[in-house]
Amino acid sequence: MTGKEPKKLVELKDLQLYFNKGKANEVRAIDHVTFDIYEGEIFGLVGESGSGKTTIGRTILKLHEQTGGEILFNGEDVTHLKGKQLSAFRKDAQMIFQDPQASLNGRMKVRDIIAEGIDINKLAKNKTERDAKVQELLKLVGLNEDHATRYPHEFSGGQRQRIGIARALAVDPKFIIADEPISALDVSIQAQVVNLMKELQTKHSLTYLFIAHDLSMVKYISDRIGVMHWGKLLEIGSADAVYNHPLHPYTKSLLSAIPVPDPEVESVRQHITYDTTIETDGKARQMIEAAPGHFVLATEEEAALYKAQQV
Amino acid sequence: MSNPILKVENLHVNFNTYAGTVQAIRDVSFDLNKGETLAIVGESGSGKSVTTKTLMGLNAKNASIPDNSRLIFKDRNLLDLKEEEWQTIRGNEIAMIFQDPMTSLDPTMKIGMQIAEPLMKHRKMKKEDALKRALELMKGVGIPNSEEHINDYPHQWSGGMRQRAVVAIALAADPEILIADEPTTALDVTIQAQILNLMKSLQKETSSSIIFITHDLGVVAGMANRVAVMYAGKIVEYGTVDEIFFNPQHPYTWGLLNSMPTTDTQIGSLEAIPGTPPDLLDPPKGDAFASRNVYALAIDSKEEPPFFKVSDTHYAATWLLDERSPKVTPPVQIQKRWARWQEIQGQEA
Ligand SMILES: Nc1ncnc2c1ncn2[C@@H]1O[C@H](COP(=O)(O)OP(=O)(O)OP(=O)(O)O)[C@@H](O)[C@H]1O
Ligand SMILES: Nc1ncnc2c1ncn2[C@@H]1O[C@H](COP(=O)(O)OP(=O)(O)OP(=O)(O)O)[C@@H](O)[C@H]1O
Ligand SMILES: [Mg+2]
Ligand SMILES: [Mg+2]
Repeated sequence: MTGKEPKKLVELKDLQLYFNKGKANEVRAIDHVTFDIYEGEIFGLVGESGSGKTTIGRTILKLHEQTGGEILFNGEDVTHLKGKQLSAFRKDAQMIFQDPQASLNGRMKVRDIIAEGIDINKLAKNKTERDAKVQELLKLVGLNEDHATRYPHEFSGGQRQRIGIARALAVDPKFIIADEPISALDVSIQAQVVNLMKELQTKHSLTYLFIAHDLSMVKYISDRIGVMHWGKLLEIGSADAVYNHPLHPYTKSLLSAIPVPDPEVESVRQHITYDTTIETDGKARQMIEAAPGHFVLATEEEAALYKAQQV
Repeated sequence: MSNPILKVENLHVNFNTYAGTVQAIRDVSFDLNKGETLAIVGESGSGKSVTTKTLMGLNAKNASIPDNSRLIFKDRNLLDLKEEEWQTIRGNEIAMIFQDPMTSLDPTMKIGMQIAEPLMKHRKMKKEDALKRALELMKGVGIPNSEEHINDYPHQWSGGMRQRAVVAIALAADPEILIADEPTTALDVTIQAQILNLMKSLQKETSSSIIFITHDLGVVAGMANRVAVMYAGKIVEYGTVDEIFFNPQHPYTWGLLNSMPTTDTQIGSLEAIPGTPPDLLDPPKGDAFASRNVYALAIDSKEEPPFFKVSDTHYAATWLLDERSPKVTPPVQIQKRWARWQEIQGQEA
């Protein structure tokens, strides 16, 4: 990359989060993870189920206390935020949760769920303005006005997911952690939501951490992609580089498992299996820049090999 | 050839709400054959989950189903069953993997026990044996170090692990009909592949039937024998998986297939279907998709299209198939699919 370094909005430095630390059932959900998210970009995080993606999102938002390492937001260490700065951070950084059912208060009407953040942050002058905002948000996510007075259980899975999206957008955040925001949606509404996210990215210079399993969508929407497995970040690079020139064997395996929407192709697709021994052999590995901006967790020899395998 | 284990006839489901009656399912009929996988795809809110929850006798309290709706399973209309009779069918002969894993797991019960429970209840297994089978299933759905996790509670698991627990519970029963509502959406593609393979191999062993609901058309392509496409409480097109992917006829199906990013979608935006789905409190007259359909004809806003036959296995409810309708040119991507269809037909002939 030439010219000025883009501004870093979020910086994770050697982040660790261990559940049940020191006990027999210790889980290293985040195991020394370092990466930056630049202002205005969509950073896609993919990887095995249980690899720590949601935990990273929740830790950035201070919903978990990290075991070690640092998280900076706008250059400030978030662990030290207090008072006004903390409430500003709570408004600026929003999360769309993976489990919409569990994250929506079932006793509140949709209108009030969406407006909760507007109320807390006093973003509407009066009721008319509040209602107008809610209407606009409902429309934005493809729901209609009379949905406002209903309760979450009256909605389908995908409709509930969109309520969560509208709620996150309501407070004009700067940074959104979108945890599987579209997997419950049909492809047409996925397209609408993804188009909307991209539009907000440019218009409001929103920054996203986009966690998803649908790799073709991640590739399409993300500027850069990070690949996780067992609490570690294995590879990071531009969406094109990771998708078209994967380095790490896990990334290759993951890409080979993407189902293709073509019954003829699907009947013959081969899946590359991943041999996890390279994560358990105890060798020291670090992030090595194999191509400009494209890093892989490897030993020097492995990095050389990965590069040689590239065509 | 067809050998239906389940016949759904003229299903209607209405929900009474403060705002009025939501007509969620508006005359749905289909057969499920023994040993087949039928995928149901379609718009979010189109009624996929309501249809399948009805098959499990699990609709919300505010649901009402008119008398002429019939769900025939083993010569009985499931809609006539009393709750005690459901007990022997639900989770046993018909099992379901629910869309929302957290709501179908008991937060206060160890996951191993939750998988073992249906085995103790329906198969009269001893606790010890049931837990052994539970462990096998946990391994089968790819929970690493299953032994260490059998006594975990749901909150200790990631979203995808919980979803796998729900899959294991449904598979434990060895059901004749397995309903899978978005069973793999929270999973990474590798584990998704593992679970889909497990479902396929169990299906081969027991020739059970699967109703598979998913938004992932890649998964549909790999799993389904037949596909039904739903829109606004109705099935608008159904056919074999090849017929739906390569010879789609309904403009909604076109829109659906067109919305997916392909690896060469680089710039610009995705082709979302314009507009919002109709309000089922007051469904529009005629074809419910008309207002969002650039190919809509005048008749669409007046009269509902019947099913037109495309082949013995393929039907679509769109006036475009009426012989009096003008010939339209579908989107480019669909034309490409039709060309593929010609090739495939040519190869088979
Ligand atoms: N208990 C209820 N009360 C009122 N309306 C309901 C209720 N349950 C479902 N609905 C409505 O019924 C329609 C069908 O819902 P359903 O859950 O079947 O959709 P779906 O096709 O499964 O969608 P998704 O892909 O988003 O899961 C929706 O419009 C929904 O709002
Ligand atoms: N409260 C908790 N207590 C103990 N372990 C936990 C807790 N929450 C998460 N974990 C564990 O931490 C690991 C990472 O979980 P996380 O939810 O971050 O995964 P994920 O990458 O988001 O997975 P998925 O794609 O399935 O959502 C998993 O092994 C999980 O079991
Ligand atoms: Mg997660
Ligand atoms: Mg559903």
